[in-house]
Amino acid sequence: MAYSEKILDHYENPRNVGRLDDDDANVGTGMVGAPACGDVMRLQIRVDGDGVIEDAKFKTYGCGSAIASSSLLTEWVKGRSLEDATRIRNKDIADELGLPPVKIHCSVLAEDAIKAAIADVRKKREQTE
Amino acid sequence: MQLPIYLDYAATTPVDPRVASAMAECLTIEANFGNPASRSHQFGWKAEEAVENARRNVADLVNCDPREIVWTSGATEADNLALKGAAHFYHRKGKHIITSRIEHKAVLDSCRQLEREGYEVTYLDPDSNGLISPETVERALRPDTILVSLMHVNNEIGVINDIEAIGEVTRRRKVVFHVDAAQSAGKLEIDLERMQVDLMSFTAHKLYGPKGIGALYVRRKPRVRIEPQIHGGGHERGMRSGTLATHQIVGMGEAYRIAGEEMHEEARRTLALREQLLRGLEDVEEVYVNGDLTHRAPGNLNISFNFVEGESLMMALRELALSSGSACTSASLEPSYVLRALGRNDELAHSSLRISIGRFTTTEDIDYAIRRIRHAVAKLRELSPLWDMYKDGVDLDQVQWAAH
Repeated sequence: MAYSEKILDHYENPRNVGRLDDDDANVGTGMVGAPACGDVMRLQIRVDGDGVIEDAKFKTYGCGSAIASSSLLTEWVKGRSLEDATRIRNKDIADELGLPPVKIHCSVLAEDAIKAAIADVRKKREQTE
Repeated sequence: MQLPIYLDYAATTPVDPRVASAMAECLTIEANFGNPASRSHQFGWKAEEAVENARRNVADLVNCDPREIVWTSGATEADNLALKGAAHFYHRKGKHIITSRIEHKAVLDSCRQLEREGYEVTYLDPDSNGLISPETVERALRPDTILVSLMHVNNEIGVINDIEAIGEVTRRRKVVFHVDAAQSAGKLEIDLERMQVDLMSFTAHKLYGPKGIGALYVRRKPRVRIEPQIHGGGHERGMRSGTLATHQIVGMGEAYRIAGEEMHEEARRTLALREQLLRGLEDVEEVYVNGDLTHRAPGNLNISFNFVEGESLMMALRELALSSGSACTSASLEPSYVLRALGRNDELAHSSLRISIGRFTTTEDIDYAIRRIRHAVAKLRELSPLWDMYKDGVDLDQVQWAAH
């Protein structure tokens, strides 16, 4: 299958690969997918006092499109408020990367990952307040 | 060294230059272009002679009578003809067929069609090494079993079934035995005098011949009967009609003739290359060879790198032409049904590479492949959350995954 330039760029030079400290109350983790399906994404965000995402890291087990989707997502969410980040749609990711139809599920997974990470950090913050 | 490096000889092979030149002599007005079925002039006689020479070359490689070779368009057609042809001919004796879960789709889909026609099919499970034992076959036989179809060498994992021993079981029980030899002909010794196989499928393009030509061996003693599936001019003793493609047949004959001369030397060379490859990869953490390593065709290595997804691995290995057991590209997200049948879990099935080595592979190619694969696996594990979890001591089987 031919990959778009943007997918190849994110795959060759993935942005924001890594881990954040899950014990930090300001860190939210979204882990989605399953090894059996061939995709697992772990997306983590750290939020500052104003509810703005100041850092994002990911690791992804999956095809090149899944890696590119999560890499792009970490770029997009940095500097956004949690509220704003919930508005990212899988279609935006798919359009930006030029994902072929069989790879749309990769962008769906990325949307699920950011939603899960946001829900996680909100829950943790409520518990600490 | 020329990039990309071709390491997918189990998918197809380039035509040997000697084969290509033999084929070129069967096309134009100055050459041997006639219809082998034309009986009234020398153009036909000459073409027929070329076809019969080729038939003898194929028969010689597998030690059978040339009259037992029926030309087809390839191994897929030979499999279809064998299964449907034998099932349709012997249906009054019974309607039970035995095959295995890890056959080629040409056999499995023919079985599905026969099931739709009212036949009953038993799909044998291989052992964890991918092998079907004669005992497993014997246990599955019933009074109404008419046909057993098993492959000689598996196309994904390269393991070799003991068809000689299985043939003893089927002959004793008077059941027709079909073997798909697409991956084994010209790579392993096949002796149809000794092996009690009744029908055997061959192809040219896995053995440095052209695509679009194959053959079905149909035993004469004891005689095996099949119903034709393609009707027409009654070519090939009525078993497969259609004007014979002289150039394709000559190409297959030349490819099989060369294989007969060079097979043993070539098997030694490809095995040495595979051992070099395995030595270069086996010390990587969490690697698993899929399928039996002893009973295995020399050119095949199928290997899983745990916690790395196969398709992304292939993307990192764009300079290498090889196959993955992960089918993430297709509409279904199912990994290889062959690896699943071996009891490999989904992660390992998704993480597999099939590397197949052949006539034009060099030691430099293998050295390069080892370096690239090691580098790619390390890079993708850095990116893999599963690798992190494994390193943290998490048991991945205990994790509740949100399947999608």
